[in-house]
Amino acid sequence: MFSLRSSIRRKLMTMLLLTSGAAVTLTAVSYCAYEYFTFRRAIITQISLLGEVIGLNSTAALAFDNAEDAEEILSGLRADRHLTAAALYTPAGKLFARYPATLPFDRLPSMVLADGHRYTRAGLESFQPVLRDTTRLGTLYLQSDLGALYERMRLFLVVGITVVAASFGASYLLTRSLQQQISQPIVALHDTARAISERQDYSVRATIESDDEVGQLTSAFNHMLDQIQRLNVELEQRVAERTTELQVANQELEAFSSSVSHDLRAPLRHIGGFAAMLQTHASSALDDKGRRYLTVIQESVGRMGHLIDDLLDFSRHSRTELRRQAVVLDTLLEQIRQSVLPEQANRCVTWEVAPLPIVAGDEALLRQVFANILSNAVKYTRRREEARIEIGVHPSSAGEAVVFVRDNGAGFDMKYVDKLFGVFQRLHADDAFEGTGVGLATVRRIVQRHGGRVWAEAKVEAGATFFIALPMIVTAVGAIPISTPKVHP
Amino acid sequence: MSEPKCILLAEDNPLDIEMTVNALETNHVANQIVVVRNGALALDYLYARGEYAGRTSAKPALILLDIKMPLVDGLDVLKIVKNDETLQSIPIVMLTSSREEADLVRSYKLGINAYVVKPVNFQGFVDAVKQLGVFWTVHNELPESFRKAE
Repeated sequence: MFSLRSSIRRKLMTMLLLTSGAAVTLTAVSYCAYEYFTFRRAIITQISLLGEVIGLNSTAALAFDNAEDAEEILSGLRADRHLTAAALYTPAGKLFARYPATLPFDRLPSMVLADGHRYTRAGLESFQPVLRDTTRLGTLYLQSDLGALYERMRLFLVVGITVVAASFGASYLLTRSLQQQISQPIVALHDTARAISERQDYSVRATIESDDEVGQLTSAFNHMLDQIQRLNVELEQRVAERTTELQVANQELEAFSSSVSHDLRAPLRHIGGFAAMLQTHASSALDDKGRRYLTVIQESVGRMGHLIDDLLDFSRHSRTELRRQAVVLDTLLEQIRQSVLPEQANRCVTWEVAPLPIVAGDEALLRQVFANILSNAVKYTRRREEARIEIGVHPSSAGEAVVFVRDNGAGFDMKYVDKLFGVFQRLHADDAFEGTGVGLATVRRIVQRHGGRVWAEAKVEAGATFFIALPMIVTAVGAIPISTPKVHP
Repeated sequence: MSEPKCILLAEDNPLDIEMTVNALETNHVANQIVVVRNGALALDYLYARGEYAGRTSAKPALILLDIKMPLVDGLDVLKIVKNDETLQSIPIVMLTSSREEADLVRSYKLGINAYVVKPVNFQGFVDAVKQLGVFWTVHNELPESFRKAE
């Protein structure tokens, strides 16, 4: 009937017009039907009356067998132009007189039927007895066309259609102005809601135009807007407060790290420096033990220097802004691999590097990540006669590249995997494998800041695999591993 | 050749002074070392005023500046020297305890000649000081006009 997508205004109009149109049409049709049947009955009454009058007048003519008189009487029927034919029959059924006098015989019934009325193709036919007292003198036949009925029905139809059309027009005009009372507040509410969602301006309010359910709805809507606006303001205020707090905290952290770097390094430098100066100055005055003590002091100073540097790097990587760009991992990892080659001098290390994808990230920071991972791989395979380091791409979900670095080195117990990426957490003794315990913490921090993940799998003495998942730009075309063995005898 | 020009060392920490002087001497850097304990004194020396009024010796061949000093810090001294036409040709090396990105950027914007993080390891420190002293006082070529002005 009407689309669900059409406006509420149109729906209301259509609904009201259809309802009133149907009511008026139904009324008109029933009235016409009623008139039709009433009029048919009225014609019959009329023709019976006429028949009785003609019958009474014709009794003498029939009694005296005077056909001329009878035809004279019948010709009086001229007054009714719808009366098309009439005839008088003797009681034996023989035609006695007819009207009009020139009417062909075949237009009259060939035989007298039972008294009464019947509708035929020609119109209404009636047979009535002509009686004097109780003696039947003959039968009167009257035939009337239905022109009067048709004329009347035509008139009714014209009036009916006019009434329907007029009432339709009137109800259209009425509906158009009345439906606004219902649709206007809804449309206004809708317009306000749309304006708010388009402009994100929560200060707009819908005007309440009625006191009905729509008015209450509008008022509830405005109330919700109040709340949203209030919450929005509160939220912005809270965000601003938090931002300020964070900025302060960040400044404090920066001041702290700067003071750590300056104030912790200076005394350390002095310890190391003066120990070294003492060594040059008084080396000959010291015994072996004394000289060893000095050496230990200087080595410990060096170690602490590394720790401070690593810690500073770690905190710096958490603070500095990411400069995202496309990073070609193939190139980056090859550069890093070349830079760790000296660490594996005099060793037999086989590298197997598959084509790698291009990822989105900060090149300097990612360099640090892979430098840490590759240098670990080289470090922890130190005791292998034939070290093997494999770099490849792990199958992953779309938009993410998972690069893995697998070695056949010392590995670790998966029981302690949770500690692997913690600051200052080490899974190997210092005298077995040196380190500060900050490298993998830095790796995780950098990867997390890129929106990526890092995890590891390992077995004691059976190697470790590190997985680094990063947001990807382009997939490597084909992932057939290219074996590039570098054997250092 | 006249007597070599001096090296001006502006450093507030006495232990660092001792170590720096030791490192320069160990490396047989022949230049005289003038030590001042803060930036204000460094400027007094350069402009021959205050304590150093009446200084007649030539301008230093090299200035070693600690970045963090009381009163007038290294960056302030750097800014003044590099904005002064009579002094701007003197090479300045910033010596700092740590590599703070912000300090590094500011120093280079102000026209620093070298920025050196004092290594924790003493041998590294000795090597660094040696390279600085030798490079900036012996090998580095200054514009002819600057030498004539001396």
